[in-house]
Amino acid sequence: MMSSHSLVYLIALPLAGAAILLLAGRRSDKWGHLLATGLSASSFFLGLYQLSLMLSRSNEQRPVGQKLFEWISVGTFNIDAGLMLDQLSICFVLLITGVGTLIHIYSISYMSHDPDRRRFFAFLNLFIAAMLLLVLGDSYLNLYVGWEGVGLASYLLIGFWNQKLAYATASKKAFVMNRIGDMGLSFAIMIAFATMGTVSFTGVKAAAEHTSTAALTAIGIMLLLAATGKSAQFPLQAWLGDAMAGPTPVSALIHAATMVTAGVYLITRSNFIFDAAPTAQLLVVIVGAITLMFGALIGTAKDDIKKALAASTMSQIGYMILGAGLGPVGYAFAIMHLLTHGFFKAGMFLGAGSVIHGMNDEVNIRKYGALRKFMPITFATFGFGYLAILGVPPFAGFYSKDMIIETAFNSGGIKGIILGSVTLLGAGITAFYMTRVMILTFTGTSRWDEEVHPYESPWLMWLPMAILAVGSVTSGYLLSHGNALVNWLSPLFESHGEHDEFLPPMVVSGLALAMVAIGVAIAFLKYSRSDVDAVAPSDVSIFTTIARQDLMQDRFNEAVFMRPGQLLTSVLVKTDEAIIDGAVRGVGRAAMGTGATLRGVQSGFVRSYAALILIGAVALIAAIWVVVQ
Amino acid sequence: MNAANYLYLSAMLFTIGAVGVVVRRNAIVVFMCIELMLNAANLSFVTFSRINGDLNGQVVAFFTMVVAACEVVVGLAIIVTIYRSRRSASVDDASLLKR
Repeated sequence: MMSSHSLVYLIALPLAGAAILLLAGRRSDKWGHLLATGLSASSFFLGLYQLSLMLSRSNEQRPVGQKLFEWISVGTFNIDAGLMLDQLSICFVLLITGVGTLIHIYSISYMSHDPDRRRFFAFLNLFIAAMLLLVLGDSYLNLYVGWEGVGLASYLLIGFWNQKLAYATASKKAFVMNRIGDMGLSFAIMIAFATMGTVSFTGVKAAAEHTSTAALTAIGIMLLLAATGKSAQFPLQAWLGDAMAGPTPVSALIHAATMVTAGVYLITRSNFIFDAAPTAQLLVVIVGAITLMFGALIGTAKDDIKKALAASTMSQIGYMILGAGLGPVGYAFAIMHLLTHGFFKAGMFLGAGSVIHGMNDEVNIRKYGALRKFMPITFATFGFGYLAILGVPPFAGFYSKDMIIETAFNSGGIKGIILGSVTLLGAGITAFYMTRVMILTFTGTSRWDEEVHPYESPWLMWLPMAILAVGSVTSGYLLSHGNALVNWLSPLFESHGEHDEFLPPMVVSGLALAMVAIGVAIAFLKYSRSDVDAVAPSDVSIFTTIARQDLMQDRFNEAVFMRPGQLLTSVLVKTDEAIIDGAVRGVGRAAMGTGATLRGVQSGFVRSYAALILIGAVALIAAIWVVVQ
Repeated sequence: MNAANYLYLSAMLFTIGAVGVVVRRNAIVVFMCIELMLNAANLSFVTFSRINGDLNGQVVAFFTMVVAACEVVVGLAIIVTIYRSRRSASVDDASLLKR
């Protein structure tokens, strides 16, 4: 691997921004947001520079590394803090810094009335630095540092308005559920170290060939647990909906475009482990399939525009995880969907933010309606994102999502048919709930309160939305033109024999478009032709009720984990008080009681002491005499 | 003469001394009783020395005499001091060291 000296600046610039803004305090209120945006942008341009360097080299020489310092050195166990930039990481670097910079620009205006704007930008920069460390680390341990860093940044930003108790609780919920996933990652690292003696990507890749399938399966399952936590996949998905408590730019950057896709990165990066552990790989596919349906079903019933988009994010990441679980053929498509999703979902979240901004912080889509006339730019950019997520050609989602559906069908046998059907059905439901959001927000009659006067957002906000909309339109074509992304990433993944084609691509595209058309048609029939109540109707079917409550995910977690956990702790507390503390207090009480009894002997009379000594001596001699006899 | 008789005498002297320590209040008398007990022990030592035909017991008896002499010096000093402060030589009056 070639060595480079400038990789560290990618991370150091935003990290320095976070440090300056946090340490300088209120003195940087005036220029802090500009500095943060500038540093994020410089990081993006550094990324572009690295990309140009990469493009100028041949395929094998593209990855570059940089050793930062010796981190742990114990006997034969050596870990350096090192960075590695290869064809996979550069995709993420550009996505993180590119979308990140756009969202910095957007936030300048969006957060302009917030007295804590500087702190917000400090956290955003901290997130960018941590996320870059996550994708640039050259070992699982370095990745882990970034992994925890983005968790911290996510926690801080979800709870940014922590003066509201519900928001603070939401950030805690996200943090705790992420910890469960983080535990999986640390277990994976420990197992890798115990069985292979190394935790670097290159080392593990080399050692994977000689490692037992059982160990690889264990590592794979633990990595999957980590991915489910960070990427809000089943069964650790419940935190994402509540994470929408954070400011909308945060939802766009962290909980749609970048951080929640870290699980996809982890699985793709560990392709050598999953390729050698079929059981773990199958689990990945199952988790992806369950989550994509789970998220889609929740999305159909949400009236909060951000929560509907969050459910959609969960569902789309389900697609990516499913793609990554389909083995060598699926990794590149998962990454492609990740990149296009980064564009259109970030764009839609920013659009939602623009709507919320113009509607006096109203988030209920039932209280929107007819906003097309008042926010034409937001409508257009959101509309492009909408067409992209539906998978309408030639928008971005068409290329990336169809590839995953096609790969699912072609994975062979019953598994292929089931997975293909699930992804198709998911596409139909996606079309339904996104059309629902679209119709309720932008068309029909206005249902907002009288004191609300919707207005288009300033240019600082719509410019990033417009750029992301351009990405939503073009990125799919650009990435798949001549198999560009697949060829770019191919050196990283094992070359694969072509699967038998179960269905030709044209048929899959046709089926997907038919499903999308059905979904859109149902939504139109249901919401466009009749007036929508401004208040959610309560006489709905049991299924709607369940979907509104996130498919009972919180109740399930509360019943299965929270209450037994509380019971366990209360039993432990009582045990501690009764037995442990009881024993300690008992010893003390026994000593004091004995002392109080024996104190009576101390009469102060010399003669009684002498008598006691005499009796004792006589008794002792008598005892000895008895024993000797 | 039978050596055991000396031991009987020693036991009697010791018992008289021990009972005297416990029942008498006058510090001087208690003190003399202690001396009686020490000398009863000395008599036993010397007797055993005679029975066993070596000098070990006699040597220990000398040690005991030295210890007894020291004890008399210290003990009498204490008794005189207590008498000066309390105008009494009764051991029951000096009972402040209680709970």
